[in-house]
This record gives sequence, structure tokens and C-alpha cells, in this order.
Amino acid sequence: MQLKRGLKPYARTLAVALSLAFVAGCSSSGGTQDGSMDGTRGGAAGSGVAGSGQVGGTGLGAGGTAGQQADGRIPEQRTIYFEFDSDRIRSEFEPVLSAHARYLRSNGSARVVLQGHTDERGTREYNMALGERRARSVERFLSVQGVSPSQVEVVSYGEERPAARGQNEEAYAQNRRVVFAY
Amino acid sequence: MKALMTSWLAAMLLIFSTLAQANLTIEITRGSDRATPVAVVPFAGGDALPEDVAQVIHDNLERSGYFDPLPHRQMLDRPSESGEVRYGDWRALDVRYLVVGRASRDGNGYRLQYELMDVSGERRMLGEVVTSSEGELRGAAHYISDQIFEAVTGIRGAFSTRIAYVTAQGVGNDMQFALYVADADGRNSQQVLSSREPILSPAWSPDGGKLAYVSFETERPAIYIQDLATGQRARATSFEGINGAPAWSPDGRRLAMSLSKDGQPEIYVMDIGSRDFQRITNNSSIDTEPAWSPDGRSLLFTSDRSGGPQLYRHDFGSGQQERLTFTGNYNARGRFAPDGEAIFLIHRSSNGYQVARQDLDSGRLVVLSESRWDESPSVSPNGTMVIFATQQGNSGVLGAVTADGRASFRLPSAQGDVREPAWSPFLN
Repeated sequence: MQLKRGLKPYARTLAVALSLAFVAGCSSSGGTQDGSMDGTRGGAAGSGVAGSGQVGGTGLGAGGTAGQQADGRIPEQRTIYFEFDSDRIRSEFEPVLSAHARYLRSNGSARVVLQGHTDERGTREYNMALGERRARSVERFLSVQGVSPSQVEVVSYGEERPAARGQNEEAYAQNRRVVFAY
Repeated sequence: MKALMTSWLAAMLLIFSTLAQANLTIEITRGSDRATPVAVVPFAGGDALPEDVAQVIHDNLERSGYFDPLPHRQMLDRPSESGEVRYGDWRALDVRYLVVGRASRDGNGYRLQYELMDVSGERRMLGEVVTSSEGELRGAAHYISDQIFEAVTGIRGAFSTRIAYVTAQGVGNDMQFALYVADADGRNSQQVLSSREPILSPAWSPDGGKLAYVSFETERPAIYIQDLATGQRARATSFEGINGAPAWSPDGRRLAMSLSKDGQPEIYVMDIGSRDFQRITNNSSIDTEPAWSPDGRSLLFTSDRSGGPQLYRHDFGSGQQERLTFTGNYNARGRFAPDGEAIFLIHRSSNGYQVARQDLDSGRLVVLSESRWDESPSVSPNGTMVIFATQQGNSGVLGAVTADGRASFRLPSAQGDVREPAWSPFLN
């Protein structure tokens, strides 16, 4: 599981803070529902707004091992996970995204496909749209960090390519993801 | 315990099945309490046939939910023509309708003679001789079933129709997908397309000759149109972003779809001949899963413009879009009943995602399925059944329920997940 990597402090740039505010703002305008049994758009919007505060709070001290690769190598961690009912970038994955942003900025010929995925609950074509919303959330994050739009493409797989099987929260959590495919 | 047995059986089938046969078998899960008692007597000479024609008819009638066929062992007599029928025997068994027949070789094929009797009226309602080649015996049985169904119910039979569906195996980047077409009873399956990339949303052309579907075979979603007889296919759309949810207009000349080329998924209608596009929705929310009304004058679609997914109707005449569903906070993937008076959809309740019917006049929504993870409802062309994808154990299987919810059955596959069923139009 990539979710519980050790995190080390590292210096965060102003651009990151700005991008977070921007992404959080965007999230609140479009909630992503994998199909919570009680989820409503109101709830999704609420979590997006609350999330921006949370992101700001943890952002000051948190950093990641993924962020250390300032050389020419593609960052190792290429999957980030999402909360149920959300397209908000979780704070623990911001260093991962920042590392990819740095890599893409310093390697102008590099191209990445952001593959958006959902868990299996709900209808397939609607989930296709939700997977796209998640991948676009990552795309906006990268864009605000100065990555050229020409380097990034969004492809949603919806619920079609689950990383884990089963009707349980553990499987669902592994399936709600965006994959960086170089 | 029954569920355990079923999953054990499914596991054994998985182990013992050999090649890429994707035939589906049928398990009745719930019979209708209003089903009409009928008896289909084994055909005289039927033992010599490679297919048990009377059994196929028996199974078809039972699966329709309209009939409750008498088990063979309870039959006191086995007449093969109307002249041999002792009506009192069948009345004593509470049988309302009786089917008898005989089969014989006829050149290279077979000759099937059948008759339908109204037991209480002691009246012959139907009688016909059907000739068939060996390969068409099941088709002949479906044809006879259609005649019987219509004679008794007044509703055109849909046993001679077909279903398209998608199978999937594996996880993550190691998956195999295939698109199949099979008879409505799950038999006689033929592979249309196989791919390591996702295939979804098959949709029949109104003449039953073509399928539109979404394939990721280029590692991007694109909509294809494939001729089933020739196998020839063409890519209809491959814009950046989502190319999804194709739906044929009733006249077969246009394809509604969801495209996100302008930022977020919007409904478009493409003229298949000219490739001209008409944009139907224009907002910052998700608009997808279009379906045409039977008269072609409106489109049903899913939108989350009000927060969560709900069904809306676009009227081509007025250009107006109105919300149709208000029960609960998740209603998606709607399909019209053939008479246009109701829609079938996926509704989320405290029991999960289920197939529901909403009558358009009253707005009343009724849940039809008893399962929890249902998707992709598709209505039979005569409006009597809805086929859908559901879960059985850890496998995706197809389920079907009568439009009134009274009877249901499942079509498990021996291998992998089965999903995305699409019921064909009438084919004859």
C-alpha cells in the first residue's frame, strides 16, 4: 500500500500554496460521488471547502519522499487515492503531485496520461464522468504548478479497470485513484 | 445456504469450464404468483432430436413470468395432438393452457408440429407445422414460444430476440474484455469483439443489424459502429476525453452520446450519415447516458446539475429540459418502456443500487429487483422484462425481472464477470 509512506518535512513553495487554494476552490464546485449511500452534492461541496482548511494546515509541515527526486527520473509513486465521494487532492498526496509537477517542468518533452478511476458503485457511464472529474482535479493541480497543458492528457477509465476486486471498503479505497501513466 | 451452494456451483463451473464459451445458463430466482398454469407436453418423437424443443418452450414460458409450466412428472398423460387430449385430466391438474406436438425428420432437417389448447374452453387456439434445420431447432422453439405467448397474453413474444453483453476477467492492467451477442435465453453466444482494453455500453441499431459500443482499444475511449452480419466496423467518434454512452435514434439515422471534448461530459446527437453534431446540453455538470423516447421526440439522460445524478428529459420540439426523478438522491441510466409511458432506471436506496420503474404520468417509482449492486437495465422490445447487470457472490452476472417485478431470474456465466446487457429489438 502506498497510502502509508513515511513523510518528511520539506520546503513548500508559494506556488504550491496557491495551487492548493485553487484546486480546493475547484473541488467545491464539483463533487465526485462514487456512490455513497447517503452522499449528496451538498455534502461533497462541504467536504471540498472543509478540505482546503485541512490542506493548508498540514501543508506547512508535510513533505514526502516522492518530493526528493529532483533529478531526471520519473517519480516512483504514480498512484494517488481519493476519499469516497470526492475529487479533492488529499494532503498526503500533494508531495507526490508536486514531484510529478517538478519532473514534468524540468522535462519538457515528457508526457503523462492521468488515468482517472472510480470504485464500482453506481452506473458505468456516470462513473466514467466521475473518473474524469478526479483526473481533471490532478490536471488543475499540475497546471497551477506550471506544467504545460500540452504535457498532460486526461483519460477516464471509470470503474472499468479496478485495482482490487470485491464489494468492500478496502477494495473501493484502492480503486478510487488517479494513475500517472508516462 | 442457498447462496453458498450457488457460489460453490459457480466456482465448480469456473474450474470445469474449458474454453472461451460465454453461454449463459438460467436460474429462476422468483416465480410470479400471478403466472398462468400451462403444460408443455414432451413432443412425440422429441427424443430423437438434438434439442429438446418442448423443454426450450417450457423454459421460455416459465422465464417470462407469465406462465407456470407443469413439471413433466406430474403429467398423467402425454398426448401429441389435439385429438388425443382428455381435457378433464388437465382440468384436474388446474392447467389452463396445454401445448402438445410431435417431431420427425424431414429431409436434412426436422418437421415440428405443435398445437395450443384452451383447457377450460376445450378449444384448439393455435396449430402450425414448422420446418427447421438441425442448427435452427432452438430458433424454431423460440418461434413457437412467441406464437404461444402472444396467443395467450395478447403481447408479442420476445423469445426470438438476442442480447448483447460484455465479459471481463482480471484486475488492473491485466484484464481481458469481450463483447458477445447471444440468444435471449443466453445460448448460442457469438463473440463480436475481444480486447485487453475496456469495452462498454453496447447499443443495438433499431433494425437489429448493428451494434454501437465504446472501446478503449486505442487506449482512449472511442465509439464504434459494427455490422453484426459482416463484422465490418467504423469508428464514429474519437474526440479527446469521454466518448461514451451511444444510443440510436428510433429511425436509426442518429446517435446520441456523451462527449467531454468541451471540458465536461455533454449530450450530443450525431447524424450518422453526415457526421454533423448537435449539442443538447451546455453546463458545468455531468450529462451522460442518453436514451431516446420511442417516438424519437425526446431524450432521457442523467445529469448531476441539481447535485447528485437525476434523470432529465430533453424535448426536441421545445428545447426544454425537465427533471423527471425526485425519489432519492441517485437515479441514473434511464431507459424508456417501449410504450413510452414508463422509464426503467438505477435507483439508490438504503438497500443499494437497484432496478426501478417510474411511471411517467404519476411519477411513482417502484423498485423491481431484490439485488444490491444492479447496473445497466435494458428493456425487452415487448416491454415485459428488464435485463440488468448484478452481483452474485464476487461475480458479475446478468439478472432479469418482469416489468411488474413479480418474477425474476439470473443468467450466470461460467467464466468471469458478465455485464452491460443490451436487449435487441424484434428481429423478425
